[in-house]
Amino acid sequence: MIRFDNVSKRYPGGFDALRGLSLHVPAGQLTFLTGHSGAGKSTLLKLVSLIERPTSGNILIDGQNLNRVTRRQIPFVRRKVGIIFQNHQLLFDRTVFDNVALPLIIAGHDHREIGRRVRAALDKVGLLKHERAYPHPLSGGEQQRVGIARAVVNRPPLLLADEPTGNLDPELSREIMQLFEQFNQVGVTVLIATHDIDLISRMNHPILILKAGRLQAAGYARGAAP
Amino acid sequence: MIGRRSRKRGAAVRRPAPPPRNRKPRGGWRWPAWPQLRWPRLASPRVYAARHLQVLLESLGRLTHQPAASLMTAAVIGIALALPSGLLTLLDNLQRLSLSWEGTASISVFLNQELEAEAGQALAGELRGWPEIDEVRYISRAEALAEFREHSGFGEVLDALETNPLPSVLVVEPVKSDLTPAGAESLLQRLQALEGAELAQLDLQWVQRFAALMEIGRRGVLVVGALLGLAVLLIVGNTIRLDIQNRREEIEVTKLIGGTDAFIRRPFLYTGFWYGVGGALLAWLLVQLAFLLLRGPVARLAGLYDSSFLLQPLGFVDSLNLLLAGALLGWLGSGLAVGRHLREIEPS
Repeated sequence: MIRFDNVSKRYPGGFDALRGLSLHVPAGQLTFLTGHSGAGKSTLLKLVSLIERPTSGNILIDGQNLNRVTRRQIPFVRRKVGIIFQNHQLLFDRTVFDNVALPLIIAGHDHREIGRRVRAALDKVGLLKHERAYPHPLSGGEQQRVGIARAVVNRPPLLLADEPTGNLDPELSREIMQLFEQFNQVGVTVLIATHDIDLISRMNHPILILKAGRLQAAGYARGAAP
Repeated sequence: MIGRRSRKRGAAVRRPAPPPRNRKPRGGWRWPAWPQLRWPRLASPRVYAARHLQVLLESLGRLTHQPAASLMTAAVIGIALALPSGLLTLLDNLQRLSLSWEGTASISVFLNQELEAEAGQALAGELRGWPEIDEVRYISRAEALAEFREHSGFGEVLDALETNPLPSVLVVEPVKSDLTPAGAESLLQRLQALEGAELAQLDLQWVQRFAALMEIGRRGVLVVGALLGLAVLLIVGNTIRLDIQNRREEIEVTKLIGGTDAFIRRPFLYTGFWYGVGGALLAWLLVQLAFLLLRGPVARLAGLYDSSFLLQPLGFVDSLNLLLAGALLGWLGSGLAVGRHLREIEPS
């Protein structure tokens, strides 16, 4: 689903975030991406979501080379990718329902279809009772769930999550991870950038470890069965 | 053939019954097979129109959240639009006034002093037969003298004269529809060439001069209108620029989840549209109010000139044009700002 082929990214200041990175995330798999701060996790996610462009190398998503995607085509690629941000990126002047409905409105679904899908997504993350609430009074974990509902409501084939459990306690973190596993079980490819080693080492999913812009190791956690 | 069909039927029978429709969505959450979204699915026209209508109303609602600020912007636009549209309406009124004079313009043919009264009458009768002439009035020398004595206030001067110095006059009224400047000119020359005519004079020259002045006025108003239209563009553009900056976060998030430029542009374009429409409505109100205030005094002045001239405010078509111009300027101004600033905002 995601293939990096000798990808380098140098930021204008001269900082090399990725140095000839090659990796492959197969379709239908839940993969963790980890490494120290500055190892290139965020840059990798930004390249996949077309927020940044690589300095060299090719990135393929679902067989599509992102280097050939023009500015005008970016939105349509992004619709295939559900992104979950550490800081949620919710719109605080709209209700939970309207936040989750936004991708569907953008895609041009009709009114009834939107209502149906948004409620299904909110129910999936356990927030159906808060659909009329504004995001502000919700807890951090609940806001994160709203973000997840928004990312999956359009049923994208690929989910990206950047530190989804960054500010949550272990109990909530595990629940969020279980949610991702459930999406993965219905066929979604999930890539989660995290440095919560404790949590992911107890889960049976492949882990990619970045170090200084290169792939240091790939495989399963020692404690988990392959 | 038959066997295959029956196998199919058998498979259908074994398929589990679909879940009841009104069940809670918890069980209904199924991920469908992934569509290959190489190309975007286009929204149906009905959904598209509904979306536009929704954004149209939403942007109006957003403006009413800050009534004072929105009204101020609309007022500035309104004043900028009111000036040229008010001046144009004034010019229209002046033109109407000059047309009503043009219609009554006549040609005075001063007859030879030696021409007898009967010959003058006969000439008048002959001229009445011309197709381009509507009416001919014969004013004898004595009548002319009496009229002059009454209106000029120089009666005593005339008394001092031994003979009547005034010639007899034929007042020729052309058929109104024929009265183009060129047609009037050719009629004038034919009258001038008449036997017994001393001088034919068209009382239209000042009307033509007035029309030329009006043309200059119209051009001037167009220049002022263009400048003020530009001002409206800039006002709307600047307001929308601030609006874009205030909603920066929303724009970034929308871009991140696949909003196209057109989708992001739409609410701002409609906001500009509403500013333009609001400004045009205020301009309309200002112009109508001003004309209402001027109407009485103008009617009194016209009365002093024996005219029933009435100042006409903005008509229906002109009001519609004003509204259209406002909406278009608002839309364009917003489009300029959005085109410049939306590209700068990219998620990071």
